[in-house]
Amino acid sequence: MHLAYPAVLSALLFCTGLYGVLARRNAILVLMSVELMLNAVNLNLVAFDVWLSKAARDTLHSGQALTLFTIAVAAAEIGIGLAIVLAVHRNRGTSDIDRLRDTAEGHEDGTPTDGAADEKAEATA
Amino acid sequence: MTTTTLAVLVPLLPFLGAVAGLLLGRAAPGFVRPLAVLPTLAALALACTVAADQGGGRAVDAHTELTPTGSVPIELALYIDGFAVLVAVLVAFVAACVQIYSTGYLRDDPRYPSYAALVSLFTSAMLLVVYSGDLIVLLVGWEVMGICSYFLVGHYWETPEARAASIKAFLVTKLGDVPFLIGLFALATDAGSFRITTVLGTVAHGGLHHPTLVGLLLLCGVAGKSAQFPLHTWLPDAMAGPTPVSALIHAATMVAAGVYFVARLLPVFEAAAAVMVVLAVMGAVTMVGSALAALAQDDIKRVLAYSTIGQLGYMTGALAVGDRGAAVFHLLSHGAFKALLFLAAGVIIHAAGTNSLAVMSRTSGLRDRVPDAYWTMTVALLALAAIPPFSGFFSKESVLGAAEHAATGHAEHAPGSAGWIVLVAGLATALLTAAYATRLWLLAFRGRGAAAADHGRQPLSMTVILWVLAVPSLAFGGFAYRSLPGWFDGRALTPTLTTSVLGTGLALVGGLATYGTWQRTRTLAARAPLGAVAAHPEGDAGLVEAEAIAAHEPAFGDVAHAPDPADPGRLLLGPLHRHAADGFHLDAVYDALFVRPVLAAASLVQFLDREVVETYVRGAGALPRLLGAAVRRAQTGNVQTYVSALLAGTVVLAVAVLLVATGA
Repeated sequence: MHLAYPAVLSALLFCTGLYGVLARRNAILVLMSVELMLNAVNLNLVAFDVWLSKAARDTLHSGQALTLFTIAVAAAEIGIGLAIVLAVHRNRGTSDIDRLRDTAEGHEDGTPTDGAADEKAEATA
Repeated sequence: MTTTTLAVLVPLLPFLGAVAGLLLGRAAPGFVRPLAVLPTLAALALACTVAADQGGGRAVDAHTELTPTGSVPIELALYIDGFAVLVAVLVAFVAACVQIYSTGYLRDDPRYPSYAALVSLFTSAMLLVVYSGDLIVLLVGWEVMGICSYFLVGHYWETPEARAASIKAFLVTKLGDVPFLIGLFALATDAGSFRITTVLGTVAHGGLHHPTLVGLLLLCGVAGKSAQFPLHTWLPDAMAGPTPVSALIHAATMVAAGVYFVARLLPVFEAAAAVMVVLAVMGAVTMVGSALAALAQDDIKRVLAYSTIGQLGYMTGALAVGDRGAAVFHLLSHGAFKALLFLAAGVIIHAAGTNSLAVMSRTSGLRDRVPDAYWTMTVALLALAAIPPFSGFFSKESVLGAAEHAATGHAEHAPGSAGWIVLVAGLATALLTAAYATRLWLLAFRGRGAAAADHGRQPLSMTVILWVLAVPSLAFGGFAYRSLPGWFDGRALTPTLTTSVLGTGLALVGGLATYGTWQRTRTLAARAPLGAVAAHPEGDAGLVEAEAIAAHEPAFGDVAHAPDPADPGRLLLGPLHRHAADGFHLDAVYDALFVRPVLAAASLVQFLDREVVETYVRGAGALPRLLGAAVRRAQTGNVQTYVSALLAGTVVLAVAVLLVATGA
C-alpha cells in the first residue's frame, strides 16, 4: 500500500477533528473531536513506521510502540475529560462551551442560576 | 586603684546605671530607684577621690588608641587638671542631688524609669566631656547631652509646650554644633591631632593658621550649648521640662559644657584678639538682655532660666578677659545656688499649685507652707544677687576683678576693650540681677490675699536636698576663694575693693529700688484679681507642675508673662516691659530668618516631588497600563477562540519555517 493513502486519510481525520474542536459547542463532541485528532496521529505513526521499517532503517518499530502509549494516554484523558464534563453539567446544568466563560476578563463571580432549564435544553440540542 | 582607673569609672558608672535602668525599668520596678541614685552617688564619691588624688597638681594625662583611623588619630584620652576634677565633683554632686530629689518629685510618674535612666546618661555624658582629653571623645559626650536634653525637656510630651520646647532645644543647639564640628576639624588639621594637649602645644608655638576663623566657629557651638546670645532662645522654653531636669541642665550639665570647653581651650581663643572681643560682646549682650528679660517674666522658672543665661554671660565675660579661673569659680558657685533655686522653685510650684508669680503674689502664707524652700531660696537668691558673704559674691567679684584687671591693661592676652565691655555690662547686670531676685522673692513669699491651700508636707527627699545644697550656696565662695587658685592657673580670685564696693552697692540699689516699687504696686494687686491653679493640687509635684505650665497660656494668654498691674517689674522697666517679656522678640526674628524660609523651602520640595517627579512616574506607568488594557480585552473566556488563535499562530510559524527552509 502506498504511503499516500494512510497519510491522506489521517490528514482528513485530523482536519475533521480540528474543525470539531474549534466549532462544536457541546463539550462531549469537542472531546470526541480531540480523539479523532489523536487517532489521526496514531494512523500516521503506524503508517510511517511500516514505511521506515521497509527501508530497514528502523527495526525497533518505535512508531508502533509510541502508538500504544498514545492510545493509553488517550484513554486516560477521555476518562478525566468526561468526568469533568459530567461534573460541570451537574453543577451548571449545561456543558455548552460558549457558556463556560468564567475566566473571561471582567467576569463577575458565580454563574446565573436562572434559566438553568433553558441551558439544559440547549445543551441537549 | 590608680587615679586613671578611678577617673574612667566616674563617667562609666552612671552610664551603666542608665543602661541597666532602661533594660530593667519595666521588668523590675523595685530596682529603678537604687539604679538611679546609687551609681550617681558612687560617681560622686569617685570624683571626690580623683579630686583628692589630683589635688590641683600636675595634670593626669593618659591615652590609648583603640584602632588607627586613617588620617588624624582619635584616641581615648583623659586629661585631668584642677579645672576638670572640680567641675566633675560639681556635676556629680548636683546630679546626685537631682536624682534623690526626683524620687520624691516624680514619685507617681509612670515614666519615671526612663526619666531616671536619661538623667544618669546625661550625667555620664557631662562627666565624659569634663574628663575627656580628646576633642572627638568630648564631642561624643557633647552630642549625647543634646539628645538627652531633647528627651528630658519633652518629658511631659502630652503638652504642646513641651513638644515644641524639646524640638527647639535640639534644633537650636544643633544650629551651633555644625560650625562647632567644622571648627574642631580645622583645629585638628592644623594640630595633626585631636588631643587637647597637642592642640594646646600647637597653639603655644603659633602653629594655628586661621585662629580667628577657628575661634569663631567654635564659639557658635559654645553659644548654642551655653545658651549665649544669639542662640539662647531654647533655654527659657526648656522650662517646659520637669524642674529637676531644669536644675540639672542649668546648674551642672549642658550649659556648663560650653563655658568649660572654652576654659579648657582658652589659648586657642586667646590666639585671636577679635575672638576675645566677640566673646566679650556676646557675654555682655547676653547678661544685660537676659537680666532685663528676667525682670519681666511671670513664670517663676522662666525668671530663673533668664538668670542662668545672665550668669553664664558672666562666665563668658570672665573668659573674654582671659581669666578662666574666675569663670570656673563662678561656674562652681553658680552650679550650687542655681540647682538650689530650681529645686526650691519646684517645691514652691507644688505647694502653690501654680508657676505664675502674679498668682503667688495674691496668695498669703506660702512661706509657712514650705518653710524649707523659703529659707533655702532666700539664701540662694542672696547668692544670686551677689550679697556678701554668700558664695555668689566671691565668684562674681572675681569675674568683675578680672574684667577690671583687663580694662586697665594688665592682662596679657585680653584686649582692654573686652575688659571695659565686660566690666560695664557686669556692673549693670549686678544691679538688674538684684532687682529681679528681689522681685521674685517679694512676689513669691510676701503675697497678700487668700491663704495658700495646705497639701500636706513636702516629701523628705525633696526638703533635705534643699538644705544640702544651701550649704555650698552659703559658704563655698568664702572658703574657696583662697584655696582655689592653687587648683587653677594660680591667679588670685580675691575680691578687689573697687569692684566689690561698686558691685555690692549697685546690687543693694537694685534690690531697694524693687522693694520701693513693690511697696507702691502691691496695693494694686487686690484690685486686679488673677488666678489659675493646677487642676490636681494634691497630686505629686511633677503632675502639678505639668498642669501649671499647661494652664498658664489659657489663663494669661502667654506662657511667659501675665497682664499683672501689680508687678513691680512692669513699673521698673516702663515701656521696655512688653519687649522684655517677649525676650526682645528674638523668637519672631528667628521665625522670619530661619523658620519661615525653611517651611517655604519644604513646601517647594513638596511641590517638586508631587507635581514634577510624580508626573514622570505616572507617565512611565501609563503606557504599560494601556497595553495591558488592550491585551486584557482578548481574554474572552471562550476556549475555542484561544485554540483558534493557537492554530493560526502555528500555521503562520509553519509557513514561515517552510519558506525559510526552502529559501524562498
